[in-house]
Amino acid sequence: MTAAAATRAYPTVWRRPPLIERTWLRWAITGGAVLYLVLSVGSLEINWARLSEGLERGWRFLIAFAQPDFVSRWDDILDGMIESLTMTVTSTAIGIALSIPIGVGAARNLAPLPVYLACRAFIAVSRSFQEVIIAILFVAMVGFGPLAGFLTLTLSTMGFLAKLLAEDIEDIDPGQAEAIRATGGTWLQLVNYGVQPQVMPRLIGLSMYRFDINFRESAVVGIVGAGGIGATLNTALDRYEFDSAAAILVIIIVIVMACEYTSSVVRRHIK
Amino acid sequence: MLLIKGLTKRYKTGDLALHDVDLEVPAGQVMGLIGPSGAGKSTLIRCINRLVEPTAGQISLKGQEVTGLGRAALRQTRRRMGMIFQEFALVERLTVMENVLSGRLGYVGFWRSFTRRFPPADVAKAFATLDRVGLLDHVDKRADALSGGQRQRVGIARALVQDPDMLLVDEPTASLDPKTSRQIMRLICEVCAERQLAAIVNIHDVNLAQMFVQRIVGLRQGRVVFDGAAQGLTPETLTLIYGEEDWSRSIRRDDDDDALATARTLHGEPVRERLAGLT
Ligand SMILES: Nc1ncnc2c1ncn2[C@@H]1O[C@H](COP(=O)(O)OP(=O)(O)OP(=O)(O)O)[C@@H](O)[C@H]1O
Ligand SMILES: [Mg+2]
Repeated sequence: MTAAAATRAYPTVWRRPPLIERTWLRWAITGGAVLYLVLSVGSLEINWARLSEGLERGWRFLIAFAQPDFVSRWDDILDGMIESLTMTVTSTAIGIALSIPIGVGAARNLAPLPVYLACRAFIAVSRSFQEVIIAILFVAMVGFGPLAGFLTLTLSTMGFLAKLLAEDIEDIDPGQAEAIRATGGTWLQLVNYGVQPQVMPRLIGLSMYRFDINFRESAVVGIVGAGGIGATLNTALDRYEFDSAAAILVIIIVIVMACEYTSSVVRRHIK
Repeated sequence: MLLIKGLTKRYKTGDLALHDVDLEVPAGQVMGLIGPSGAGKSTLIRCINRLVEPTAGQISLKGQEVTGLGRAALRQTRRRMGMIFQEFALVERLTVMENVLSGRLGYVGFWRSFTRRFPPADVAKAFATLDRVGLLDHVDKRADALSGGQRQRVGIARALVQDPDMLLVDEPTASLDPKTSRQIMRLICEVCAERQLAAIVNIHDVNLAQMFVQRIVGLRQGRVVFDGAAQGLTPETLTLIYGEEDWSRSIRRDDDDDALATARTLHGEPVRERLAGLT
């Protein structure tokens, strides 16, 4: 038997089978994709004159960036910044508090079906609109200013955290939760002892992450009138005060970096 | 103590996991439950505290019907059945103490358990039980910082602080080395003798089962095919339970090593000094 195996010639070449088995289909799909790309680039109607003008303005902006002006609009910047930070802190805190019950309700292994469906529906709706659109709606409802921004960020925090929390809860080790059930604990005790310890580190990490998303978003929603530093930035750009705008951007970048650094430190310590 | 009549379980998938099982386990008896994978051992244990809902049949503990209990009454009954798991099922990120105290959840209100302010008597009981299983030095460690044998001791302590009438034990040693396995089996049997607990122990290791338990029940495809004294196992009965194989080497003879002597002492007075050697 060993002799037979030794004399048999095995292939020395092996290739991974292609994703699409039929050759003609493979080429047709590739060709179609290339053709579509060429045609769609052609239909963009690129206006070279305007592009070069834009580049020039961009260049001026870059120059201004090299010498940001913190001083002449300092009061506006400070007000906007405080408004943004207030908006961020309050909306993150309240958003987290509200997202926990919804997230628990949206976890199939903890909630009965009607509650599950209701919570999932809420999450789907609140996540289907981008922050700017929600902000426009809230501005229309409650008027210009940080209240609209606060409501927008709270709502999107709820959608974001509740969804990820629910998914994390559905992924827990069922054995640990079952052991708590077997001791005769109530549903609340099951959540507190069997589930919470398993999802807490991720919940904290996500909350920190959401904090810096909310700060960045607070700048964006300001542009549509929902208050905060975005409003200040918008005004500066409207007045072509690129140096003040640059100062605002620098501050935003610094704060976002500080958030990011803090959250990475915190996440490393919670395991 | 525990009485099971006509217990049948058919899962939604159509698997008939248990078929008309009748069993009675008196107080103080440790019953070994053996059988091939998929025979329905875990299902049987889980039906008893209704982590799995039985399809038909009756289960009663100390004369009280378990099947048909409402939610609140079921929780009260679950307190009286301590469960021990193969993968320990400790809450990994909680401390040893919290894990043990979680055995008291059925007795305390939510607020007390949420703030971790258990009644002094419960705390004392938890310390005493940790002392009994030899873990008094590890009270504040997190469960995921323990070795397998230590984790299983926490699991045992958690089951014991419930003040149970019986223990449901699902493959307590399957994740442990041979020596630790013996220590854990010995500990389980000792505490059952001390407190006169009935126990059902699922176990894959026939040898180990024979070493420690008095009675063995063999399950095959959801039916009881053997029920008798541990020493009564023969190659024929093992074939009946597991199917054809050469069984002559897996059966413990009377002249085997000291373990049998241990088992004998166990059934008389519990031996506490033995714990000194355990880590
Ligand atoms: N949740 C479930 N849903 C559907 N079928 C299940 C479920 N759990 C177990 N079964 C089936 O029930 C039968 C008995 O399973 P069980 O887990 O009780 O066996 P076991 O004797 O504990 O096996 P093992 O020794 O491998 O742990 C198997 O056929 C299994 O496929
Ligand atoms: Mg099993």
